[in-house]
Amino acid sequence: MNQPLHSVVCIKQVPDSAQIRVHPVTNTIMRQGVPTIINPYDLFALEEALRLRDRFGGKVTVLCMGPMTAEDSLRKALTFGADRAVLLSDRYFAGSDTLATSYALSMALLQIAREFGAPDIIFTGKQTIDGDTAQVGPGIAKRLGYNQLTYISKIRDLDPDGGALVVERRAEGGTQVLQTKLPVLITMLEGSNEMRRGSIETALAAARAQVTIWNAAAVGIEDLTRCGLRGSPTIVKKVFAPGARSEKAAMIGAEATPEASAHAVIDAIFGRMPAIEAQLFETAAQAAY
Amino acid sequence: MAQQPQAGGGNSRAGTKKELPEHFKAYKHVWVAVEMEHGAVHSVSFELLGEGRKLADKRGVELAAVVMGESRAELDAAAAQCFEYSADLVYLAQDPALAHYRNETACQVLTHLVNTYKPEILLLGATNLGRDLAGSVATTLATGLTADCTELEIDEEGSLAATRPTFGGSLLCTIFTLNFRPQMATVRPRVMPMPARQEGRSGRIIEYSPAINEADIITKVLDFIADRDSDKASLPYADIVVAGGLGLRSAENFQLVKNLAEVLGAEYGGSRPLVQKGWITADRQIGQTGKTIRPKLYIAAGISGAIQHRVGVEGADLILAINTDPKAPIFEFAHLGIVADAVTLLPALTEAFANRLRINRLAS
Ligand SMILES: Cc1cc2nc3c(=O)[nH]c(=O)nc-3n(C[C@H](O)[C@H](O)[C@H](O)COP(=O)(O)OP(=O)(O)OC[C@H]3O[C@@H](n4cnc5c(N)ncnc54)[C@H](O)[C@@H]3O)c2cc1C
Ligand SMILES: Nc1ncnc2c1ncn2[C@@H]1O[C@H](COP(=O)(O)O)[C@@H](O)[C@H]1O
Repeated sequence: MNQPLHSVVCIKQVPDSAQIRVHPVTNTIMRQGVPTIINPYDLFALEEALRLRDRFGGKVTVLCMGPMTAEDSLRKALTFGADRAVLLSDRYFAGSDTLATSYALSMALLQIAREFGAPDIIFTGKQTIDGDTAQVGPGIAKRLGYNQLTYISKIRDLDPDGGALVVERRAEGGTQVLQTKLPVLITMLEGSNEMRRGSIETALAAARAQVTIWNAAAVGIEDLTRCGLRGSPTIVKKVFAPGARSEKAAMIGAEATPEASAHAVIDAIFGRMPAIEAQLFETAAQAAY
Repeated sequence: MAQQPQAGGGNSRAGTKKELPEHFKAYKHVWVAVEMEHGAVHSVSFELLGEGRKLADKRGVELAAVVMGESRAELDAAAAQCFEYSADLVYLAQDPALAHYRNETACQVLTHLVNTYKPEILLLGATNLGRDLAGSVATTLATGLTADCTELEIDEEGSLAATRPTFGGSLLCTIFTLNFRPQMATVRPRVMPMPARQEGRSGRIIEYSPAINEADIITKVLDFIADRDSDKASLPYADIVVAGGLGLRSAENFQLVKNLAEVLGAEYGGSRPLVQKGWITADRQIGQTGKTIRPKLYIAAGISGAIQHRVGVEGADLILAINTDPKAPIFEFAHLGIVADAVTLLPALTEAFANRLRINRLAS
């Protein structure tokens, strides 16, 4: 690789989950007035990309698919120090599942490659807090034929010229140390770094920056049946509130003192489940010897 | 610089009515992609076999397991276990390149097997490994994948109905892949019960030698650093779990949960906001995006019972909820409840339990 390192970070704008409300009667999500944020997991990806740029130079592009209002999140990413921002927005993308999302994003990534140079590293978050599937990253990697590195906790070594890369990956029961080659798609593990504060310069630059806005046609999507609801093999047929268990909780009346209540609770537990009582007494007896 | 990337994937058109294309009609049987790391089968694979058995019986088809690895002895041992957990058939892929999990090799092998033997349902564990593999296999096959399911069913039309929590704090949704095959789903460890093992049960093995050329595989595993035992919270497998939520009001008060857990020889945990506030570490989070538990006794203090929490604890035999709000959703799925201030009740409970255990010990 002789050109400078180009990283693209995929960020999603999501409702701030802490403030989401569900309509008590209709059980639908009330999105009006709910503030939006950059998917928190994506900030670890963005910070890692910025750190690589600090070390090796190059550019960081942020990419988001969403409604026009998602420009806010991209601008926020620019204030942290990203160099350029692309918003992929089209009503045909509405209702996309992860397969349709990874298709649209991979087409935008190809357009980014044509206009700004092919990405060496595509970063995504581990997962989103609304979709929560962790599928979009692997989907993009497969479509673009990039080496897929999920749950990365650390980038140990990178040789931008030779393209060699050593990373630590969170696996079951331990950490895998993997050696691979650019180009790669990395999904970054949470807690792996801490997002920087933007500087005055980046804030000023962000205020002046132009966000590139592309629709489906602009990224070369001709077959619109691959987008949105029509391009999504999964179908949500039913959304419902979980029912109460057929038998509701037996309520233990609170007694006059916490001590009396505590004994009532223990009697109720042991009454329901003598096995627990026996097990507790057995372990207590063992501990005594 | 590397080659220009290319977009791939099939030319798909989804519909909300079931109009299964002709070439998918041959897809039959239920599969579980078995997760093996360091020779041992992950228990989530057995849980999935238990669930897969029910789906297969309902469809009147066979249940198959896919195992892949390097050592024939380990693979045979894994296959034998799969049969005992009710698989009828095991696809056994053996190759030196499959010694450690890598996305490239695993995706290649699983995709090949699916295209050759055509299952209608493919289940994987929602672990780091399973999610890594499922996402890339689903994209390669251009089919639907539903993550983190809490319930799997077959509907009247014979389709897989995959239910999972949806965004918003209190809702579930049921997702279908009507017109593509296989129908794929992942399920987290401990969400499904561990099925009974049928000693001595056996089945057929179909072997596959993928003949992978290691030189073609770009990613190499340099090392594996196993977690220290102290890093592994045994929350998912604990018999008794005590947990706290925001109702405890402060990090200091969380100590009350730990104290009760200690007297009971229990594990402790908490709701997600406690992780966000730094009161507990992420590996102690219970719920959809944390650990799923199946204890005999679960004590929840100051936890409201949001759906994301509920799906992680519903497998408990006995749930006791302590909450000041008689309308808290947790009372809808707890077995026992008390409307009380957890900050005063927890220490009283700790002491009362300690006393009873002491008295019993003296008496015996
Ligand atoms: C995508 C997604 C994933 C999520 N994953 C998880 C997850 O894995 N696990 C999880 O837990 N949450 C998860 N959540 C968050 C979940 O929706 C709830 O916000 C969370 O579980 C609420 O935590 P809580 O019950 O501790 O707090 P609250 O909902 O604030 O409830 C506090 C409760 O304490 C009671 N209380 C107050 N004072 C007292 C007192 N003195 N004594 C006793 N009771 C008292 C109140 O009545 C109330 O019921 C997720 C959310 C999203 C959007
Ligand atoms: N609409 C989107 N725009 C940009 N990036 C996205 C979008 N949806 C998902 N991603 C990326 O894919 C990751 C995984 O998302 P998910 O599969 O929804 O859990 C996220 O952390 C983002 O980095």
